[in-house]
Amino acid sequence: MIEVKNLNKSFNGHSVLHDISVNFEAGKTNLIIGRSGSGKTVLLKSIVGLHEIDSGEIWYDDILFNKLDFTGKKEIRKNIGMLFQGSALFDSLTVERNVRFPLDMFTGQSMDEKLERVNFCLKRVDINKANKLFPAELSGGMKKRVAIARAIALNPKYLFCDEPNSGLDPMTAILIDKLIKELTEEYSMTTIVNTHDMNSVMENGEKVVFISNGHKHWEGNKNEILESDCGPLNDFIFANSLAKQLKEGKK
Amino acid sequence: MLKFLSQFGRYVLLLKKVFSRPEKSVIYYKQVMHELVYLGLNSVGIITIISFFMGAVITLQTAYNTENPIYPKYLIGLGCRDSIILEFSSTVAALILAGKVGSNIASEIGTMRVTEQIDALEIMGVNSASYLILPKIIATLVFNPFLTLISICVGVLGGYVVGTASGVITTQDYIYGIQYAFIPYYVTYSLIKTLFFAFIITSVSAFQGYYVEGGSLEVGRASTKAVVFSSVLILLFNVILTQLLLS
Repeated sequence: MIEVKNLNKSFNGHSVLHDISVNFEAGKTNLIIGRSGSGKTVLLKSIVGLHEIDSGEIWYDDILFNKLDFTGKKEIRKNIGMLFQGSALFDSLTVERNVRFPLDMFTGQSMDEKLERVNFCLKRVDINKANKLFPAELSGGMKKRVAIARAIALNPKYLFCDEPNSGLDPMTAILIDKLIKELTEEYSMTTIVNTHDMNSVMENGEKVVFISNGHKHWEGNKNEILESDCGPLNDFIFANSLAKQLKEGKK
Repeated sequence: MLKFLSQFGRYVLLLKKVFSRPEKSVIYYKQVMHELVYLGLNSVGIITIISFFMGAVITLQTAYNTENPIYPKYLIGLGCRDSIILEFSSTVAALILAGKVGSNIASEIGTMRVTEQIDALEIMGVNSASYLILPKIIATLVFNPFLTLISICVGVLGGYVVGTASGVITTQDYIYGIQYAFIPYYVTYSLIKTLFFAFIITSVSAFQGYYVEGGSLEVGRASTKAVVFSSVLILLFNVILTQLLLS
């Protein structure tokens, strides 16, 4: 479980996150939703420690993460897998070496063991015969899959995904969402996903947190979200005409 | 002034991160080997070409500026040798490398920053500064002295080839000149300067790339800054080291 308490974050005096408190539950896919620029990515990067927070607490199970030194954070981070918006695969390494990278850095496994794990992870995300390709030779969807394979290589306890289906066609986006959900259940991970895609919310939203202008406005699950009376959330959900018509039809 | 101090402070903090204990020595060793080829071996070509023509031009210019019967001809060889050893093979070669290697390092690390590859390293628990920068610093500190030695040899050879081909000096005079009053310490001085310059090129360029914020435009700017700052620092340290080592 990851717990955030009274988190505040600003950049150059400009406040971006205001007093955010939320529990992200273990073994579930937790979604942070909101408009572009609402503070989702800053929140996610603050939770993993890429941004120093101004005040508040971030707990990974019973460990106060934000008070740890570099070595302490390093130990926690060995249990973290992260999928970045642009995949963030290492350009100079092949697919195989990208996925092998965390194994090279943090395990004492033999090359055969590492390759076995790499092939298992790649197979798990449905990537075949791409071991020797470089990231520049992959499609957007394949890059995301390889990034997921790299993220799960060390069997992480926590998985973070920043806009996992941005830039993907709807069908590939659904496949990526399903994959994240399956992996979360398979490895009992605490997964946090940033998204503004309502398909993802309805597919994976076991827990949903809505953020707008750096404030947490609502939390619940995919079953409750359509019935919410939170104004900013409704503005966000029913922004397109099709969703509006669906809601009116439902009424 | 405040901005300069702030940047200098960030540079020192980055170096502290760079020189912290590596996670896994084997990985770093492989990275150093890769950088030796990428930053070192790949620079041999340009250094050879530049040094050959530098030696040639120094010989011709010395010859045309000492056209006086009271100056012995062998002074042309001596002048070429000392100019190359003392200044050209260390300082001018370093300025060339600041352009080639410096911009390369800044753009490589800068691109990794803006595409979140550095964040990905940090998330994995890898000390990204050390992993990305330390092998480059070690590689250039190890290989650049060899580049300087290659530059000295090729420069002297260039002077000989063009000097004798153009008829401004005979083979005997040139050979006598490059052996005359040779001071081995000059080579040591040149190599010491090379080590300082190698560190400046790599660390300053990496610093510029590591703290890039924005997109491809900023990466380009960082690359330019890396070359400019490295070059200015090389010239500044050239004066300081010359005063310290030759006075």
